[in-house]
Amino acid sequence: MGWYKRRLAKSLWVFHVSGSPCNNCDIEILDLLTPKYDVERFGIKLVGSVRHADVLLVTGVFNQKIAPRIKRIYEQAPKPIFVVAIGTCTSGTCCFKDSYNIVPDREAVIPIDVYVPGCPPKPEAMIEAVAKLIGVLNG
Amino acid sequence: MKASIGWLLFAILIFPGLFFTGVLGLIVGWLDRKVSARVQYRVGPPFSQNFNDFFKLLGKETIIVRNGIHSLFVIAPLVALGSTVLIATLVGITLFQWLGVANDFGDLIVIMYLMMVFSVMVILGGSASGNVYSSLGAGREIKLLLADELAFILVCLVAVIKAGYTFRLDAILATQQAQGMFIASPSGAIAFIVGLLCLQAKMTLPPFHISEAETEIVEGPLMEYSGPLLGFWKLSQAMLWVALPFLLIALFLGGFTVEGYGILWSLLKYVGIVVVMILIKNTNPRIRIDTALHFFWKILTPLAFLATILAVLGV
Repeated sequence: MGWYKRRLAKSLWVFHVSGSPCNNCDIEILDLLTPKYDVERFGIKLVGSVRHADVLLVTGVFNQKIAPRIKRIYEQAPKPIFVVAIGTCTSGTCCFKDSYNIVPDREAVIPIDVYVPGCPPKPEAMIEAVAKLIGVLNG
Repeated sequence: MKASIGWLLFAILIFPGLFFTGVLGLIVGWLDRKVSARVQYRVGPPFSQNFNDFFKLLGKETIIVRNGIHSLFVIAPLVALGSTVLIATLVGITLFQWLGVANDFGDLIVIMYLMMVFSVMVILGGSASGNVYSSLGAGREIKLLLADELAFILVCLVAVIKAGYTFRLDAILATQQAQGMFIASPSGAIAFIVGLLCLQAKMTLPPFHISEAETEIVEGPLMEYSGPLLGFWKLSQAMLWVALPFLLIALFLGGFTVEGYGILWSLLKYVGIVVVMILIKNTNPRIRIDTALHFFWKILTPLAFLATILAVLGV
Protein backbone atom coordinates (compact mmCIF):
# COMPACT_ATOMS: atom_id res chain seq x y z
CA MET A 1 0.00 0.00 0.00
CA GLY A 2 2.93 2.30 0.75
CA TRP A 3 4.27 1.81 -2.78
CA TYR A 4 0.97 2.82 -4.30
CA LYS A 5 0.64 5.88 -2.07
CA ARG A 6 4.10 7.06 -3.14
CA ARG A 7 3.02 6.72 -6.79
CA LEU A 8 -0.13 8.65 -5.97
CA ALA A 9 1.87 11.38 -4.21
CA LYS A 10 3.91 11.92 -7.36
CA SER A 11 0.94 12.21 -9.67
CA LEU A 12 -1.80 14.34 -8.15
CA TRP A 13 -4.28 15.55 -10.77
CA VAL A 14 -6.29 18.45 -9.45
CA PHE A 15 -9.86 19.40 -10.28
CA HIS A 16 -11.15 22.85 -9.51
CA VAL A 17 -14.50 22.97 -7.68
CA SER A 18 -15.77 26.48 -7.30
CA GLY A 19 -18.42 26.60 -4.62
CA SER A 20 -19.78 30.18 -4.68
CA PRO A 21 -16.46 31.98 -4.42
CA CYS A 22 -15.82 35.67 -5.12
CA ASN A 23 -13.41 34.44 -7.84
CA ASN A 24 -10.21 35.74 -6.24
CA CYS A 25 -9.11 32.31 -5.05
CA ASP A 26 -9.90 30.90 -8.50
CA ILE A 27 -7.69 33.50 -10.14
CA GLU A 28 -4.91 32.60 -7.71
CA ILE A 29 -5.36 28.91 -8.59
CA LEU A 30 -4.95 29.82 -12.26
CA ASP A 31 -1.79 31.74 -11.28
CA LEU A 32 -0.57 28.61 -9.55
CA LEU A 33 -0.82 26.66 -12.81
CA THR A 34 1.19 29.13 -14.90
CA PRO A 35 4.77 28.42 -16.07
CA LYS A 36 6.22 30.62 -13.31
CA TYR A 37 5.34 28.12 -10.54
CA ASP A 38 5.44 25.06 -12.84
CA VAL A 39 3.64 22.56 -10.60
CA GLU A 40 4.10 19.91 -13.30
CA ARG A 41 7.53 19.41 -11.64
CA PHE A 42 5.65 17.59 -8.87
CA GLY A 43 3.36 15.80 -11.30
CA ILE A 44 0.44 18.09 -10.52
CA LYS A 45 -1.83 18.58 -13.50
CA LEU A 46 -5.13 20.39 -13.92
CA VAL A 47 -7.82 18.11 -15.36
CA GLY A 48 -11.15 19.16 -16.76
CA SER A 49 -13.22 16.15 -15.72
CA VAL A 50 -13.85 15.13 -12.11
CA ARG A 51 -13.53 11.47 -13.13
CA HIS A 52 -9.79 11.97 -13.66
CA ALA A 53 -9.20 13.89 -10.43
CA ASP A 54 -7.16 12.96 -7.35
CA VAL A 55 -7.48 16.26 -5.51
CA LEU A 56 -10.44 18.63 -5.38
CA LEU A 57 -9.50 22.27 -4.88
CA VAL A 58 -12.63 23.74 -3.28
CA THR A 59 -13.03 27.51 -3.14
CA GLY A 60 -15.78 29.67 -1.68
CA VAL A 61 -18.05 29.55 1.30
CA PHE A 62 -20.34 26.53 1.73
CA ASN A 63 -23.90 27.82 1.70
CA GLN A 64 -27.08 25.80 1.66
CA LYS A 65 -27.51 26.13 -2.07
CA ILE A 66 -24.03 24.93 -3.07
CA ALA A 67 -23.42 22.29 -0.35
CA PRO A 68 -25.48 19.49 -2.01
CA ARG A 69 -23.72 20.16 -5.30
CA ILE A 70 -20.25 20.01 -3.75
CA LYS A 71 -21.26 16.76 -2.07
CA ARG A 72 -22.43 15.41 -5.43
CA ILE A 73 -19.17 16.33 -7.14
CA TYR A 74 -17.28 14.64 -4.32
CA GLU A 75 -19.32 11.49 -4.83
CA GLN A 76 -18.69 11.56 -8.58
CA ALA A 77 -14.93 11.52 -8.10
CA PRO A 78 -13.12 8.16 -8.12
CA LYS A 79 -11.68 7.21 -4.72
CA PRO A 80 -9.09 7.73 -3.21
CA ILE A 81 -9.78 11.45 -3.46
CA PHE A 82 -8.41 14.32 -1.37
CA VAL A 83 -9.95 17.71 -0.71
CA VAL A 84 -7.99 20.94 -0.28
CA ALA A 85 -10.00 23.93 0.96
CA ILE A 86 -8.61 27.07 -0.64
CA GLY A 87 -9.16 30.46 0.98
CA THR A 88 -10.50 31.88 4.20
CA CYS A 89 -14.12 31.41 3.07
CA THR A 90 -13.79 27.66 2.84
CA SER A 91 -11.48 27.41 5.85
CA GLY A 92 -13.33 29.66 8.27
CA THR A 93 -16.39 31.20 6.54
CA CYS A 94 -14.65 34.61 6.64
CA CYS A 95 -16.98 37.62 6.88
CA PHE A 96 -20.02 35.48 6.07
CA LYS A 97 -19.94 33.70 9.42
CA ASP A 98 -23.21 35.30 10.65
CA SER A 99 -25.01 34.90 7.35
CA TYR A 100 -28.36 33.10 7.38
CA ASN A 101 -27.64 30.53 4.67
CA ILE A 102 -24.24 29.22 5.83
CA VAL A 103 -23.68 25.51 6.38
CA PRO A 104 -21.96 25.64 9.79
CA ASP A 105 -20.30 22.20 9.69
CA ARG A 106 -18.30 21.94 6.46
CA GLU A 107 -16.79 18.59 7.39
CA ALA A 108 -20.30 17.12 7.45
CA VAL A 109 -20.66 17.92 3.73
CA ILE A 110 -17.35 16.49 2.53
CA PRO A 111 -14.20 15.45 4.45
CA ILE A 112 -11.50 18.12 4.02
CA ASP A 113 -7.85 17.09 4.22
CA VAL A 114 -5.94 20.38 4.07
CA TYR A 115 -7.00 23.96 4.77
CA VAL A 116 -5.26 26.90 3.06
CA PRO A 117 -6.26 30.18 4.75
CA GLY A 118 -5.74 33.52 3.01
CA CYS A 119 -7.93 35.97 1.16
CA PRO A 120 -6.85 35.00 -1.45
CA PRO A 121 -3.99 32.64 -0.48
CA LYS A 122 -0.76 33.07 -2.42
CA PRO A 123 0.19 30.33 -4.89
CA GLU A 124 3.18 29.54 -2.62
CA ALA A 125 0.74 28.77 0.21
CA MET A 126 -1.17 26.38 -2.05
CA ILE A 127 2.04 24.65 -3.10
CA GLU A 128 2.89 24.27 0.61
CA ALA A 129 -0.53 22.75 1.26
CA VAL A 130 -0.15 20.24 -1.57
CA ALA A 131 3.39 19.49 -0.34
CA LYS A 132 1.89 18.72 3.09
CA LEU A 133 -0.57 16.35 1.41
CA ILE A 134 2.32 14.67 -0.42
CA GLY A 135 4.15 14.39 2.94
CA VAL A 136 1.12 12.69 4.50
CA LEU A 137 0.90 10.27 1.58
CA ASN A 138 4.59 9.42 1.80
CA GLY A 139 4.13 8.68 5.50
CA MET B 1 12.72 -17.67 -39.85
CA LYS B 2 11.08 -18.59 -36.58
CA ALA B 3 7.31 -18.43 -36.76
CA SER B 4 6.16 -20.80 -34.02
CA ILE B 5 3.38 -19.89 -31.61
CA GLY B 6 5.88 -19.32 -28.81
CA TRP B 7 7.86 -16.78 -30.81
CA LEU B 8 4.67 -15.02 -31.84
CA LEU B 9 3.50 -14.76 -28.25
CA PHE B 10 6.93 -13.41 -27.30
CA ALA B 11 6.70 -10.85 -30.12
CA ILE B 12 3.21 -9.73 -29.14
CA LEU B 13 3.69 -9.64 -25.37
CA ILE B 14 7.36 -8.74 -24.81
CA PHE B 15 9.65 -7.46 -27.49
CA PRO B 16 8.19 -5.34 -30.22
CA GLY B 17 4.75 -5.70 -28.66
CA LEU B 18 3.13 -4.80 -25.36
CA PHE B 19 6.02 -4.49 -22.90
CA PHE B 20 8.62 -2.83 -25.13
CA THR B 21 6.19 -0.45 -26.81
CA GLY B 22 4.49 0.40 -23.53
CA VAL B 23 7.74 1.25 -21.74
CA LEU B 24 9.17 3.17 -24.71
CA GLY B 25 5.83 4.93 -25.25
CA LEU B 26 5.69 6.15 -21.65
CA ILE B 27 9.31 7.34 -21.92
CA VAL B 28 8.49 9.21 -25.15
CA GLY B 29 5.41 10.62 -23.40
CA TRP B 30 7.82 12.06 -20.83
CA LEU B 31 9.98 13.46 -23.66
CA ASP B 32 6.85 15.11 -25.05
CA ARG B 33 6.02 16.75 -21.73
CA LYS B 34 9.63 17.75 -21.09
CA VAL B 35 10.16 19.34 -24.52
CA SER B 36 6.80 21.12 -24.20
CA ALA B 37 7.90 22.42 -20.80
CA ARG B 38 11.21 23.67 -22.18
CA VAL B 39 9.36 25.42 -25.02
CA GLN B 40 7.31 27.23 -22.36
CA TYR B 41 10.41 28.06 -20.22
CA ARG B 42 9.45 25.57 -17.53
CA VAL B 43 11.39 22.75 -15.89
CA GLY B 44 8.89 20.01 -16.61
CA PRO B 45 8.07 16.70 -14.95
CA PRO B 46 10.63 14.11 -13.77
CA PHE B 47 11.59 11.10 -15.89
CA SER B 48 9.32 8.63 -14.09
CA GLN B 49 6.25 10.90 -14.33
CA ASN B 50 4.26 8.95 -16.89
CA PHE B 51 4.94 5.63 -15.14
CA ASN B 52 3.68 7.16 -11.90
CA ASP B 53 0.58 8.43 -13.68
CA PHE B 54 -0.13 5.02 -15.20
CA PHE B 55 0.35 3.04 -11.97
CA LYS B 56 -1.69 5.58 -10.06
CA LEU B 57 -4.57 5.21 -12.53
CA LEU B 58 -4.43 1.40 -12.15
CA GLY B 59 -5.21 1.74 -8.45
CA LYS B 60 -8.07 4.23 -8.69
CA GLU B 61 -11.76 3.40 -8.52
CA THR B 62 -13.47 2.60 -11.82
CA ILE B 63 -16.80 4.35 -12.15
CA ILE B 64 -19.26 2.91 -14.67
CA VAL B 65 -21.84 5.49 -15.64
CA ARG B 66 -25.43 4.41 -15.02
CA ASN B 67 -27.00 5.76 -18.23
CA GLY B 68 -24.35 4.44 -20.60
CA ILE B 69 -23.87 1.13 -22.43
CA HIS B 70 -21.78 -0.71 -19.84
CA SER B 71 -20.31 -3.54 -21.93
CA LEU B 72 -19.16 -1.26 -24.75
CA PHE B 73 -17.80 1.27 -22.25
CA VAL B 74 -15.52 -1.40 -20.75
CA ILE B 75 -14.62 -3.24 -23.98
CA ALA B 76 -13.63 -0.17 -26.04
CA PRO B 77 -10.36 0.72 -24.21
CA LEU B 78 -9.30 -2.95 -24.11
CA VAL B 79 -9.86 -3.49 -27.85
CA ALA B 80 -8.08 -0.18 -28.56
CA LEU B 81 -5.10 -1.33 -26.49
CA GLY B 82 -5.13 -4.68 -28.30
CA SER B 83 -5.17 -3.10 -31.74
CA THR B 84 -2.32 -0.77 -30.75
CA VAL B 85 -0.29 -3.74 -29.53
CA LEU B 86 -0.91 -5.50 -32.85
CA ILE B 87 0.15 -2.45 -34.90
CA ALA B 88 3.32 -2.19 -32.80
CA THR B 89 4.03 -5.91 -33.19
CA LEU B 90 3.47 -6.01 -36.95
CA VAL B 91 5.62 -2.93 -37.57
CA GLY B 92 8.17 -4.02 -34.98
CA ILE B 93 8.88 -7.53 -36.28
CA THR B 94 9.40 -6.07 -39.74
CA LEU B 95 11.75 -3.34 -38.53
CA PHE B 96 13.74 -5.57 -36.17
CA GLN B 97 14.54 -8.31 -38.65
CA TRP B 98 17.38 -9.69 -36.50
CA LEU B 99 14.63 -10.93 -34.18
CA GLY B 100 13.90 -13.48 -36.88
CA VAL B 101 10.10 -13.64 -36.65
CA ALA B 102 8.62 -13.83 -40.13
CA ASN B 103 5.92 -11.30 -40.96
CA ASP B 104 3.71 -13.58 -43.02
CA PHE B 105 0.39 -12.45 -41.64
CA GLY B 106 0.23 -8.69 -41.58
CA ASP B 107 0.73 -6.40 -44.55
CA LEU B 108 0.04 -2.69 -44.90
CA ILE B 109 -3.70 -3.20 -45.36
CA VAL B 110 -3.96 -4.96 -41.99
CA ILE B 111 -2.07 -2.10 -40.34
CA MET B 112 -4.33 0.55 -41.92
CA TYR B 113 -7.33 -1.49 -40.77
CA LEU B 114 -6.00 -1.75 -37.21
CA MET B 115 -5.37 1.98 -37.09
CA MET B 116 -8.98 2.53 -38.09
CA VAL B 117 -10.09 0.08 -35.37
CA PHE B 118 -8.39 2.30 -32.81
CA SER B 119 -10.29 5.39 -33.99
CA VAL B 120 -13.56 3.43 -34.14
CA MET B 121 -13.01 2.27 -30.55
CA VAL B 122 -12.50 5.88 -29.44
CA ILE B 123 -15.80 6.71 -31.15
CA LEU B 124 -17.65 3.72 -29.60
CA GLY B 125 -16.21 4.31 -26.13
CA GLY B 126 -17.14 7.97 -26.28
CA SER B 127 -20.66 7.24 -27.48
CA ALA B 128 -21.20 4.53 -24.86
CA SER B 129 -20.51 6.75 -21.88
CA GLY B 130 -23.85 8.56 -21.97
CA ASN B 131 -22.36 12.03 -21.70
CA VAL B 132 -23.10 14.97 -23.96
CA TYR B 133 -19.49 16.09 -24.20
CA SER B 134 -18.30 12.56 -24.89
CA SER B 135 -20.72 12.12 -27.76
CA LEU B 136 -19.71 15.53 -29.13
CA GLY B 137 -16.10 14.36 -29.01
CA ALA B 138 -17.03 11.07 -30.68
CA GLY B 139 -18.76 12.94 -33.49
CA ARG B 140 -15.71 15.10 -34.02
CA GLU B 141 -13.52 11.99 -34.05
CA ILE B 142 -15.64 10.57 -36.90
CA LYS B 143 -15.19 13.77 -38.90
CA LEU B 144 -11.46 13.81 -38.22
CA LEU B 145 -11.22 10.16 -39.33
CA LEU B 146 -13.04 11.02 -42.56
CA ALA B 147 -10.68 13.94 -43.05
CA ASP B 148 -7.32 12.20 -42.59
CA GLU B 149 -8.05 8.67 -43.78
CA LEU B 150 -7.92 9.29 -47.54
CA ALA B 151 -4.71 11.30 -47.35
CA PHE B 152 -3.12 8.60 -45.19
CA ILE B 153 -4.12 5.78 -47.56
CA LEU B 154 -2.65 7.73 -50.49
CA VAL B 155 0.57 8.20 -48.51
CA CYS B 156 0.79 4.46 -47.88
CA LEU B 157 0.05 3.89 -51.57
CA VAL B 158 3.13 5.92 -52.57
CA ALA B 159 5.38 3.51 -50.69
CA VAL B 160 3.47 0.56 -52.14
CA ILE B 161 3.91 1.82 -55.74
CA LYS B 162 7.57 2.64 -55.28
CA ALA B 163 8.25 -0.85 -53.90
CA GLY B 164 6.82 -2.38 -57.07
CA TYR B 165 3.12 -2.70 -56.19
CA THR B 166 3.45 -4.85 -53.10
CA PHE B 167 1.62 -4.40 -49.81
CA ARG B 168 4.12 -6.43 -47.81
CA LEU B 169 6.01 -4.29 -45.31
CA ASP B 170 9.16 -6.42 -45.47
CA ALA B 171 9.22 -6.09 -49.29
CA ILE B 172 8.90 -2.30 -48.98
CA LEU B 173 11.79 -2.32 -46.51
CA ALA B 174 13.91 -4.62 -48.70
CA THR B 175 13.40 -2.34 -51.74
CA GLN B 176 14.61 0.62 -49.71
CA GLN B 177 17.66 -1.25 -48.46
CA ALA B 178 18.53 -2.05 -52.07
CA GLN B 179 17.74 1.30 -53.74
CA GLY B 180 17.98 3.87 -50.93
CA MET B 181 15.29 5.53 -48.87
CA PHE B 182 12.04 6.56 -50.55
CA ILE B 183 12.23 9.99 -48.91
CA ALA B 184 15.16 10.87 -51.20
CA SER B 185 12.82 11.08 -54.23
CA PRO B 186 10.35 13.98 -54.79
CA SER B 187 7.24 11.80 -54.46
CA GLY B 188 8.60 10.16 -51.32
CA ALA B 189 9.45 13.52 -49.74
CA ILE B 190 5.96 14.93 -50.39
CA ALA B 191 4.35 11.75 -49.10
CA PHE B 192 6.52 11.79 -45.96
CA ILE B 193 5.48 15.34 -45.05
CA VAL B 194 1.81 14.61 -45.66
CA GLY B 195 2.17 11.39 -43.68
CA LEU B 196 3.69 13.24 -40.73
CA LEU B 197 0.71 15.61 -40.59
CA CYS B 198 -1.69 12.65 -40.92
CA LEU B 199 -0.01 10.98 -37.92
CA GLN B 200 -0.55 14.17 -35.96
CA ALA B 201 -4.27 13.87 -36.72
CA LYS B 202 -4.38 10.09 -36.11
CA MET B 203 -2.91 10.58 -32.64
CA THR B 204 -5.23 13.59 -32.03
CA LEU B 205 -2.30 15.79 -31.12
CA PRO B 206 -2.53 19.57 -31.36
CA PRO B 207 -3.45 21.27 -33.71
CA PHE B 208 -5.83 18.36 -34.46
CA HIS B 209 -6.91 17.57 -30.88
CA ILE B 210 -10.40 18.67 -31.88
CA SER B 211 -12.06 15.58 -30.46
CA GLU B 212 -10.32 15.80 -27.07
CA ALA B 213 -10.20 19.58 -26.61
CA GLU B 214 -9.55 19.77 -22.86
CA THR B 215 -10.65 23.36 -22.45
CA GLU B 216 -13.72 23.01 -24.63
CA ILE B 217 -15.28 19.56 -24.28
CA VAL B 218 -13.09 18.28 -21.40
CA GLU B 219 -11.19 15.41 -23.09
CA GLY B 220 -14.22 14.43 -25.17
CA PRO B 221 -14.54 10.64 -25.46
CA LEU B 222 -12.31 10.03 -22.42
CA MET B 223 -14.30 12.32 -20.13
CA GLU B 224 -16.27 9.68 -18.20
CA TYR B 225 -13.43 7.17 -17.96
CA SER B 226 -11.70 6.78 -14.61
CA GLY B 227 -9.19 4.45 -12.98
CA PRO B 228 -7.68 1.52 -14.90
CA LEU B 229 -9.82 2.06 -18.01
CA LEU B 230 -8.48 5.62 -18.34
CA GLY B 231 -5.02 4.18 -17.73
CA PHE B 232 -5.45 1.79 -20.67
CA TRP B 233 -6.52 4.70 -22.90
CA LYS B 234 -3.47 6.69 -21.83
CA LEU B 235 -1.23 3.66 -22.37
CA SER B 236 -2.53 3.02 -25.87
CA GLN B 237 -2.13 6.70 -26.75
CA ALA B 238 1.44 6.51 -25.45
CA MET B 239 2.05 3.36 -27.52
CA LEU B 240 0.92 5.19 -30.65
CA TRP B 241 3.92 7.48 -30.04
CA VAL B 242 6.05 4.42 -30.83
CA ALA B 243 4.03 2.46 -33.36
CA LEU B 244 3.12 5.22 -35.82
CA PRO B 245 6.56 6.89 -36.15
CA PHE B 246 7.99 3.35 -36.58
CA LEU B 247 5.52 2.79 -39.42
CA LEU B 248 6.61 6.03 -41.08
CA ILE B 249 10.26 4.99 -40.71
CA ALA B 250 9.48 1.63 -42.28
CA LEU B 251 7.59 3.24 -45.17
CA PHE B 252 9.92 6.11 -46.10
CA LEU B 253 13.13 6.18 -44.05
CA GLY B 254 14.43 2.69 -44.78
CA GLY B 255 13.98 1.10 -41.36
CA PHE B 256 16.60 0.60 -38.66
CA THR B 257 20.15 -0.65 -38.99
CA VAL B 258 21.94 -2.20 -36.05
CA GLU B 259 25.57 -2.32 -37.28
CA GLY B 260 28.07 0.06 -35.70
CA TYR B 261 27.15 3.72 -35.95
CA GLY B 262 23.93 2.67 -37.71
CA ILE B 263 22.31 2.44 -34.28
CA LEU B 264 22.86 6.18 -33.73
CA TRP B 265 21.45 6.94 -37.19
CA SER B 266 18.38 4.78 -36.44
CA LEU B 267 17.89 6.56 -33.11
CA LEU B 268 18.23 9.92 -34.83
CA LYS B 269 15.48 9.01 -37.32
CA TYR B 270 13.03 8.10 -34.55
CA VAL B 271 13.85 10.94 -32.14
CA GLY B 272 13.87 13.41 -35.05
CA ILE B 273 10.33 12.46 -36.12
CA VAL B 274 9.10 12.57 -32.51
CA VAL B 275 10.66 15.98 -31.78
CA VAL B 276 9.26 17.48 -35.02
CA MET B 277 5.82 16.21 -33.99
CA ILE B 278 6.22 17.69 -30.50
CA LEU B 279 7.28 21.06 -31.94
CA ILE B 280 4.30 21.10 -34.35
CA LYS B 281 2.16 20.25 -31.34
CA ASN B 282 3.52 23.13 -29.29
CA THR B 283 3.49 25.86 -31.88
CA ASN B 284 -0.04 25.46 -33.24
CA PRO B 285 -3.38 26.27 -31.61
CA ARG B 286 -6.39 24.01 -32.02
CA ILE B 287 -8.23 24.43 -35.32
CA ARG B 288 -11.95 24.06 -35.91
CA ILE B 289 -13.33 20.86 -37.44
CA ASP B 290 -14.25 22.62 -40.70
CA THR B 291 -10.72 24.05 -40.93
CA ALA B 292 -9.34 20.55 -40.43
CA LEU B 293 -11.59 19.14 -43.17
CA HIS B 294 -10.55 22.01 -45.46
CA PHE B 295 -6.87 21.42 -44.68
CA PHE B 296 -6.99 17.67 -45.32
CA TRP B 297 -9.35 17.53 -48.29
CA LYS B 298 -8.29 20.62 -50.19
CA ILE B 299 -4.56 20.76 -49.44
CA LEU B 300 -3.11 17.48 -48.16
CA THR B 301 -5.16 14.99 -50.20
CA PRO B 302 -4.34 16.70 -53.55
CA LEU B 303 -0.69 16.81 -52.47
CA ALA B 304 -0.75 13.11 -51.62
CA PHE B 305 -2.50 12.43 -54.93
CA LEU B 306 0.23 14.37 -56.74
CA ALA B 307 2.83 12.25 -54.92
CA THR B 308 1.01 9.09 -56.04
CA ILE B 309 1.04 10.23 -59.68
CA LEU B 310 4.74 11.10 -59.41
CA ALA B 311 5.39 7.67 -57.91
CA VAL B 312 3.56 5.98 -60.81
CA LEU B 313 5.70 8.01 -63.22
CA GLY B 314 8.73 6.77 -61.33
CA VAL B 315 10.02 10.11 -60.01
